[in-house]
Amino acid sequence: MSENFLTVEDLHAGYGAARVLHGVSLTVGQGEICAILGPNGAGKTTTLRALSGGVRARGTIRLDGTDLAGRSPDAVARHGVAHVPEGRGTFMPLTVEENLRLGAYLRRDKAAAESDLERVYGHFPVLAERRGQAAGSLSGGEQQMLAIGRALMLRPRLLLLDEPSLGLAPLVTRELFGIVQAVNEEERTTVIVVEQNAHLALGIAHQAHVLESGRIVLSGPAEQIRADEQVVKSYLGYRV
Amino acid sequence: MSEFLQQVVEGLGAGAIYASLALALVLIYRFTGIVNFAQGELAMFSAYIAWQCVHAGLPFWLALLITLAVSFTGGMLIERVVIRPVEGAPELTVVIITVGLFIFVNAAAGWIWSFLIKDFPNPFPGGAAELGGVAVGYATLGIFVVVGVVMGLLYLLFQHTKIGLAMRAVSANPDSARLVGIRVGWMLALGWGLAAMVGAVSGVLVAPQLFLEPNMMGGVLIYAFAAATLGGFDSPVGAVVGGLVVGVAETLAGAYVDAIGADLKVGVPLVIILAVLLLRPQGLFGHAEVERA
Repeated sequence: MSENFLTVEDLHAGYGAARVLHGVSLTVGQGEICAILGPNGAGKTTTLRALSGGVRARGTIRLDGTDLAGRSPDAVARHGVAHVPEGRGTFMPLTVEENLRLGAYLRRDKAAAESDLERVYGHFPVLAERRGQAAGSLSGGEQQMLAIGRALMLRPRLLLLDEPSLGLAPLVTRELFGIVQAVNEEERTTVIVVEQNAHLALGIAHQAHVLESGRIVLSGPAEQIRADEQVVKSYLGYRV
Repeated sequence: MSEFLQQVVEGLGAGAIYASLALALVLIYRFTGIVNFAQGELAMFSAYIAWQCVHAGLPFWLALLITLAVSFTGGMLIERVVIRPVEGAPELTVVIITVGLFIFVNAAAGWIWSFLIKDFPNPFPGGAAELGGVAVGYATLGIFVVVGVVMGLLYLLFQHTKIGLAMRAVSANPDSARLVGIRVGWMLALGWGLAAMVGAVSGVLVAPQLFLEPNMMGGVLIYAFAAATLGGFDSPVGAVVGGLVVGVAETLAGAYVDAIGADLKVGVPLVIILAVLLLRPQGLFGHAEVERA
């Protein structure tokens, strides 16, 4: 496991005059799942957006030796970063299969992308059943599966997941997290997952960071953070 | 009866032209949410380019190819230079920009080629074919074939190519399209290029029917607006159906309603626009915008 596959240093970002991130630094090793936890408004989503180029950011974002700071989202995607955005980013009028094919938009290896399509259907059989259906007709859980499937179609080196549990039934959420964990184990895909549901995220993560008011206030191995109940409760305002 | 059918065929022929301009309007609206008031003028300018090529001695179909290529490039260029700076600006700003473009292109055509009318060569032979007691002019048949081919090519592009899929993705969800690596800016420019090309077809088809002059597309644009409104501004199929319906309605009203006659028939599309907006604002094939509270 090479250390520091992703290095983020002193990341500042915001929207117009509103500064949201005040110097976020973190590192993620290759093949790791990294959880970013924190209360509402801490800057979790902004951190992911800064990583994928969706908001203007100052600081260093180095992925496997390449500096990604200040690049546009499509340029970041070209470096193998797949972002499952908050709200799932579904292409509503397009079919399920077209949504998935768009995930492989940047790939030139047609045959391999085709077999990855079957692989995604293997992970999410319900998507295979609905492949010809308009994606907008899917339920929330199915759309989240579609969003993750679309991201996997890139064969990402880094997968960014923004609140995958949002608005989903607990059973569906657990299934989704199971699949993310399986993908991480089978393909060594590095994952950063942003979650309100700390319990779930810490269950699959190797490392975790707690974000508060745009700064990292606590970092460490996931088990350790889980064990440190007092600390977590004081930062997150709830028990894990 | 055959007199009636004859009128319907005439109407369909005119309608096919409206349909092609409406298609251009719908293309741009789908991609950028912009109603391009300059679409007709761009088509007129394209017709002048075709005229210039023919005037220089080129065969018509070669002139058409050159015109399409120039129109495509010009459309992309306009998006990059004129529209890009106001991307994300309030709708009114963008509307004013396209109205400005309308005036600019109109004046430019007058400045380059003068406002005197020019004779435009008809690419189709004169005469007519007898189809079930109705005389269908070769020109009308030719228009059907050309518009049909354009629609078929657009369908293939959007449904069966990667770039078409990317363009639909941009129109469905631009933010998400960026995240999968699509260069959204280029796709929008491509949309303008395509629309200008489809518009050019309508310009070249209209010119022989009327005379070539800078104000030639004014009326056609109103019919195209009626067609797009009737069909639904976000539906290419609707634009075509709308164009045909408007063409037939206009012709029949002119022929059979004495009070309307040839002079007032330009009022027909306005009545259609008004009726659609009152009764079914999203049009026949369009989608109503629903927002969650």
